[in-house]
Amino acid sequence: MEAINTINLTKKYKDLVAVDQLNLQIEQGELFSLLGVNGAGKTTTIKMLSCLTKPTSGDAFVGGASVVRDELNVKRVIGVSPQETAVAPNLSVKENLELMCGIHGFSKKKHQAKIKELSEQFNLYDILSKKAGKLSGGWQRRVSIAMALISEPSILFLDEPTLGLDVIARSELWDIIRALKGKVTIILTTHYMEEAEALSDRIGIMKSGKLLVIGTANKLMEMTATDKFENAFISIVKEARI
Amino acid sequence: MRMFTFAKRCANEILRDPLNLMFGLGFPIVLLLLLSAIQANVPVKLFEIESLTPGITVFGLSFLTLFSATLIAKDRESSLLQRLYTTPLKSSDYILGYMLPIIPIAIAQSAMCYLIAIALGLPITINIIYAILMIVPIAVFYVALGLLCGSVFNVKQVGGICGALLTNLSAWLSGVWFDLELVGSTFGKIANVLPFVHAVELERAMIKGNFPESLPHIYPVLGYAIVIMVGAILLFLGQAKKQ
Repeated sequence: MEAINTINLTKKYKDLVAVDQLNLQIEQGELFSLLGVNGAGKTTTIKMLSCLTKPTSGDAFVGGASVVRDELNVKRVIGVSPQETAVAPNLSVKENLELMCGIHGFSKKKHQAKIKELSEQFNLYDILSKKAGKLSGGWQRRVSIAMALISEPSILFLDEPTLGLDVIARSELWDIIRALKGKVTIILTTHYMEEAEALSDRIGIMKSGKLLVIGTANKLMEMTATDKFENAFISIVKEARI
Repeated sequence: MRMFTFAKRCANEILRDPLNLMFGLGFPIVLLLLLSAIQANVPVKLFEIESLTPGITVFGLSFLTLFSATLIAKDRESSLLQRLYTTPLKSSDYILGYMLPIIPIAIAQSAMCYLIAIALGLPITINIIYAILMIVPIAVFYVALGLLCGSVFNVKQVGGICGALLTNLSAWLSGVWFDLELVGSTFGKIANVLPFVHAVELERAMIKGNFPESLPHIYPVLGYAIVIMVGAILLFLGQAKKQ
């Protein structure tokens, strides 16, 4: 079954078409990356799929629920880790996790179980009592993804999860994302070619709001007769007549 | 329940910022002590403790506008609000969650000012309780103003507008520091159109136990509180939609 199905999904801001008639199907358990240069429409797509922005026209079904007519059921199945770290800076890591548990209406028992589970999964035990705002960028991202997973979403949106991180922090975050593969459907936006290539089952390349191609990294390299994924990306984006 | 979780988080964010404690609590108390010391040496009717304390408590509330506006602007900039918009929280949960925790802070701030004032010679009467209770509608006005500013401005702008402009306006146009008529009748008229002087006079009437005198002042305060609250809710919902 498809986790996400968009039908002519479009977002316009006055004269600007941010996303243009997007038709996309993402399977359950898949890790799908949206790749594109600045202003390609990646973040707007994620915002529409997570009910942060209403589409101008078209629709998308997330976990079977319409983002236009059934926001509440969409929100029940998704978790979002935005581009910025989106943590409460003066709260400890544990309190940040508790905040998300409380907002999702979990019982006290479930609070504790979820915090224990995520602390193990993300190796957070040593920083649970530290203020989230005092953590390094890499750790804040880790906490941000853990917060997005509190609600046990079946679909997780990661918007530029490794933006601004050093090589080690990025590699550690990749390990975390790899560990989530197959358990939840992940939609990831990124600027980094190597990130998309290393993590994704399939990659969609966007330019000026349009989805140019979809395929595995190998398929896209084959399609453009290139031996590096970065060259394939450049070739696809440059040759697109939009 | 969800709203209370969010409200608790907002209270913690505010109370754990040492700058907030310094300005919210420390500054009004320092002013009270300083002006009382001046009053002891150079007696001025305006700085008599019965007149000064209500003014300082109201002035202290202008910092609550700064706190709430900064918190909301930060939440917008850090995308925390964006994250929360993808959860089952409702619009009313956000608005109440931001506003409710600041009301007890306002009551505590005002109670602390009156406690210091008692130490400085303010007679202990039941009127102090009335004055502290009457802080609530005034605080609603200031907190709603914070919600409004936080929904419109970024963190830097909030610092300038709420931190500098509003605190100064709130001070000059309130009649706490000088008799408004001394500046001229136009200044007095402008001040009377705004809620700040009415908030101070309302508190002064409470402390004197002169309830009929409070009536002309309570209506402008309530009126402004309602109008600003409605405006703040509309602007907050507007920015949520923009997200």
